[in-house]
Amino acid sequence: MMHDTKKLLSCAVLPTSYTLSDIEQGAACCVPIPHIQVENLSVSYHGKSVLEGVSLDINKGCITALIGPSGCGKTSFLSTLNRLTDLIPGCHMQGRIHIDGADVTDPRLDVLALRRKVGMIFQKPNPFPLSIRRNIEMPLREHGLSQRSAIDERVERALRDVGLWEEVRDRLDAPALALSGGQQQRLCIARALALEPSILLMDEPCSALDPIASAVVEELIQRLRNRYTVVIVTHNLAQARRVANYAAFFWMTEHVGKLIEFGRCQSLFDSPSHDLTAAYVTGISG
Amino acid sequence: MLKNPYRLSDLLMTITVWFSAALVVGAFFWLLSDLALHGIAKLNWSCLVSAPENAGRDGGIGPILVSTLLILGVALLMTIPLGLGTAVYLSEYSSGALARSIRMSLDVLAGVPSIVFGLFGNALFCIWLGLGFSILSGGLTLACMMLPIFIRSTEAGLTAVATEWRHGAAALGLTQAAALWHVLLPAAAPAITAGLMLSIGRALAETAALIFTSGYVDRMPDSLSDSGRALSVHIYDLSMNVTGGDQSAYGAALVLIVLLVVINNVAASLADRFLSQRITTS
Ligand SMILES: Nc1ncnc2c1ncn2[C@@H]1O[C@H](COP(=O)(O)OP(=O)(O)O)[C@@H](O)[C@H]1O
Ligand SMILES: [Mg+2]
Repeated sequence: MMHDTKKLLSCAVLPTSYTLSDIEQGAACCVPIPHIQVENLSVSYHGKSVLEGVSLDINKGCITALIGPSGCGKTSFLSTLNRLTDLIPGCHMQGRIHIDGADVTDPRLDVLALRRKVGMIFQKPNPFPLSIRRNIEMPLREHGLSQRSAIDERVERALRDVGLWEEVRDRLDAPALALSGGQQQRLCIARALALEPSILLMDEPCSALDPIASAVVEELIQRLRNRYTVVIVTHNLAQARRVANYAAFFWMTEHVGKLIEFGRCQSLFDSPSHDLTAAYVTGISG
Repeated sequence: MLKNPYRLSDLLMTITVWFSAALVVGAFFWLLSDLALHGIAKLNWSCLVSAPENAGRDGGIGPILVSTLLILGVALLMTIPLGLGTAVYLSEYSSGALARSIRMSLDVLAGVPSIVFGLFGNALFCIWLGLGFSILSGGLTLACMMLPIFIRSTEAGLTAVATEWRHGAAALGLTQAAALWHVLLPAAAPAITAGLMLSIGRALAETAALIFTSGYVDRMPDSLSDSGRALSVHIYDLSMNVTGGDQSAYGAALVLIVLLVVINNVAASLADRFLSQRITTS
């Protein structure tokens, strides 16, 4: 807790990294190189369509926020990008998704390699019931890393990346489930980062956390910019504004989710081109 | 005095709950002390290792213990791998008609009287497969009886494991085998152990199915293809067919209970060793 408070204070004195103008001018990020290209994507569960006709390009090294009311298909959209939809009974997707030029929807695709490249963070922190160290080490070993020193180094680097190292370095063998919610979520991020992905999908990563832990994770997400392509679902519009370069607004029409508007975060919030977006953005934030 | 009606109902509830619990514990201890009182006189070390004499009225139960353990061993060797495999198939791989029909067959099988398993085992293992009255036939027949219980309980344990872990493992690019081995099976260990204990209990208590498959012979078995008499069969025989065998029957029954407790503890600690200890919860 002590640590969390300190973290919060430390990010409070760094307000510049939160301002929109800074993000907009942000030099290195937002080179408009499409990393994920989605074309006419539809998702259905047991034949019932929940998301239709989504097309957008997600740029490399940028943070793209997905906003919209519950049930409009944000989680479903995210799960198509790493083919987690394969695990959901009755789930079917249509359309084309290209990541680094490779077709994600191709049935012959090496899904394990794809998922290694596209990490995912869930709404509810889900560390395995293993020790803190084993949570990171086990996936590394499964992906073929076996050298003790290399593993230890990666574990430490991943934990440092998420600012957890100082907090847990003395108890790496303690159960991960004994950590606080915020620490668990950062461990999950570390676990994903240890595999050196290029894309991170985050499904409401802060919504199960208290405000302080949430601020810590948010600050962490900021630091991921440039190094990773981040797609984040959030119900916190202020957070979307603070962290994202791009924003996509989803809305449900006749029980089917649609992408209503997509663009630079600033323009989507400040001068939305669609009435629905304007209503949603002002309705909740104002 | 009891102004609040809820207090009266709470009181009644408390009494009922305590009474039920006491009744169950009491019945168990009555049974146990009855067994101990009658049986303990008969028990000593030599009786555990020596052969029965005079149709079991005298002598010991050495060969019978060995047969019992061998039959149980054969049954467990079949049940554990087959059961784990089927349970994993049911919970992780299939959701269609095949799984539904497997589940239904298992539930029916779990309720089939053991005498039916005895006749089936006799027809299949003893006659058709030519194994004759043997420890092997008995163990395989027991495995058929244990599998439904073990599979259903393991499957329930696996299904109860949070989907979050399943999705988390998949999202890290882990194979299904890795997810099962490192996370899902260890997390389901308590249910697997419980299933194992229930099936061991069913196996050790079994008489009808064994009479037709592993037989009556109370000599020390030389191999798995020898006939061997299980403890429960011995107890049944002593109390039903041998006049003056009651004392010995009590002794054997006491051994059976102790054996059950010991084996259950060993099974629990093995499951703990191989499954639970690999995970660390708070
Ligand atoms: N596993 C599932 N089976 C059936 N329907 C689902 C499943 N997951 C989500 N849905 C439905 O799909 C729609 C979109 O859900 P979801 O993608 O979770 O939306 P969001 O994340 O935006 O709240 C909802 O109507 C939901 O009921
Ligand atoms: Mg969602």
